[in-house]
Amino acid sequence: MNVELIRLTKRYGETTAVDAIDLKVPSGAYCCLLGPSGCGKTTTLRMIGGHETVTGGEVVIGPRAVGNAPPAARGTAMMFQSYALFPHLNCRDNVAFSLKMRGLPKAERHARASQMLDLVQMGHLAERLPAQLSGGQQQRVALARALVTGPKVLLLDEPLSALDPFLRVKVRAELKRIQAELGLTFIHVTHSQEEAMALSDLVVVMNGGRIEQAADPRSVFEKPATGFVARFIGGHNVIRLPGSEIAVRADRMRLGSEAGPEAVPARVVSVEYQGTSVHVGLAPERTDDGAGPLTAIIADEAFALRPLALGDAIAVGWDATAAHRLHG
Amino acid sequence: MTELVLPTSAAASNEAAEKKPATASRRRNGLAYWQAAPMAFVFLVFLVVPLVLTVVVSFWQYNEYEIIPAFTLQNYADVFEGCLSLSEPCTTVRTYLSTLKFCLLAWLFTLGIGFTVAYFLAFQIRSRTTQMVLFLICTIPFWTSNVIRMISWMPLLGRNGLVNETLQRMGLISKPIEGLLYSDFSVVLACVHLYTVFMIVPIFNSMARIDRSLIEAAYDAGATGWQTLRNVVIPLCKPGIAIGSIFVITLVMGDFVTVGVMGGQQIASVGKVIQVQMSYLQFPMAAANAVVLLGAVMLMILALGRVIDLRKEL
Repeated sequence: MNVELIRLTKRYGETTAVDAIDLKVPSGAYCCLLGPSGCGKTTTLRMIGGHETVTGGEVVIGPRAVGNAPPAARGTAMMFQSYALFPHLNCRDNVAFSLKMRGLPKAERHARASQMLDLVQMGHLAERLPAQLSGGQQQRVALARALVTGPKVLLLDEPLSALDPFLRVKVRAELKRIQAELGLTFIHVTHSQEEAMALSDLVVVMNGGRIEQAADPRSVFEKPATGFVARFIGGHNVIRLPGSEIAVRADRMRLGSEAGPEAVPARVVSVEYQGTSVHVGLAPERTDDGAGPLTAIIADEAFALRPLALGDAIAVGWDATAAHRLHG
Repeated sequence: MTELVLPTSAAASNEAAEKKPATASRRRNGLAYWQAAPMAFVFLVFLVVPLVLTVVVSFWQYNEYEIIPAFTLQNYADVFEGCLSLSEPCTTVRTYLSTLKFCLLAWLFTLGIGFTVAYFLAFQIRSRTTQMVLFLICTIPFWTSNVIRMISWMPLLGRNGLVNETLQRMGLISKPIEGLLYSDFSVVLACVHLYTVFMIVPIFNSMARIDRSLIEAAYDAGATGWQTLRNVVIPLCKPGIAIGSIFVITLVMGDFVTVGVMGGQQIASVGKVIQVQMSYLQFPMAAANAVVLLGAVMLMILALGRVIDLRKEL
């Protein structure tokens, strides 16, 4: 089901956490709310899920505005950051909890819970208590619990942040698989741009309670709307030119003889080997026009042919075609 | 608990492995015994020794002026004298029934009030500071002694006390209600007043440890307030409820002061029986009664343990 936010606002006393945002999430999309902590992304998610009252504006899920309806009446389900599994119930009873609340008979709710546990490959551990499971396993049970009532929209609050990096990549793929399999709308809050890029059909970059940009990942990366977006998603140099600001992808920076006519002299301040590429940190020699540090990403073969060391002086420029003008 | 202990012991054993392993671990074991020693000593002197003495004395003989250290079962026979006839319960059974009645009533009311107060403190008060302030206010009655707190009911409940006077002046009753004071009612009232805080503290402690996101998860799953209370809050409070119940049950079962003062020295209780026997210097008899009471309370706690596996919950 599609989700629409219309001038959605949340104020706590004097502070505005979410400032009149508009957003349309199409049905069946994987949407990531991306931003630094305190940008209002979790508050937005909680308002969609009915866990936070709305100060102003509307949340529309499917055909109707949900107002202050409780979560179960909205067709949403939430997966909590710490999973929030009931410690006194085993996996099956955790998954069957919402069915029990709806008064389903025991046999039926156990059957449906087992089915859900199988979907997340946890059927064999149905009798275990949450404390007896690893983080990744708890996460799957939490997912099964959220899915068991057949919600139309699944809300995920930083679901991967408690996992170690290897597991995070694995579970990420699994989330995407389940989303595609069930055709649900997923709204996923994260502060990791990598996660947002990997998962989403729609990336919503938030800052200070406002949406900076909402677009597919490629558009966000190719054409960041603002300096904030370019800096936050990384891989860009934000360069101030007279009268305007541009973003240039770090892998489109040109060094030395290729630097072109607009090249400026700079000094190498850091060299980080990353395997397939090398990140070179550069400080322009002249800083009076407000030029900040720059990063150039060079393919490993190219770097091997022409290595750079700390303190080397080199001209730095970029392809004119790679420069993307920013608004504001 | 074990999870907390593991890292340190692992670190300690790493350290030990670097030195001479055997001596280091032996020294560590020795240290652990020394660390446990003070508590063990307190237990020994203030619990084990008096308990053993009580049990021993309960098998001794006595007459009007001396205790004779010679084995007898007569004391126990006296406790249960005539208890085999079902038609007319003996004094001991009647005393126990009366004490159990107070115990059950006090337990019900302290649990009801204690749970409600703890719930209010833990879930309705958002700010930690307010929580602590209100929690401390709950303990203020404990700044005065038990006896004073009991006696302070008397001007209220007496035949011409505040309650009766007020009700009469309001025209709700024509003559004073008898039995406000020196009755079962006043005993239960005083017990509830004295012991509710023993319920509040452990239950509040359990509740404070419940992750708030569990409540949200229950709400997300469509649970109503009552359903959340029944399916999430109460199961997670079980250890607190059990500990509070043990406090209240043991306190009321052994009580003789409250029953004495609030019952006008007219109501029987097991503790009162023991106290009277002590005052007549019938120590072996009192000891036998105490051992039986101890057994009864232990059985009640065991029964409670059947319902709530405390060792697992902690």
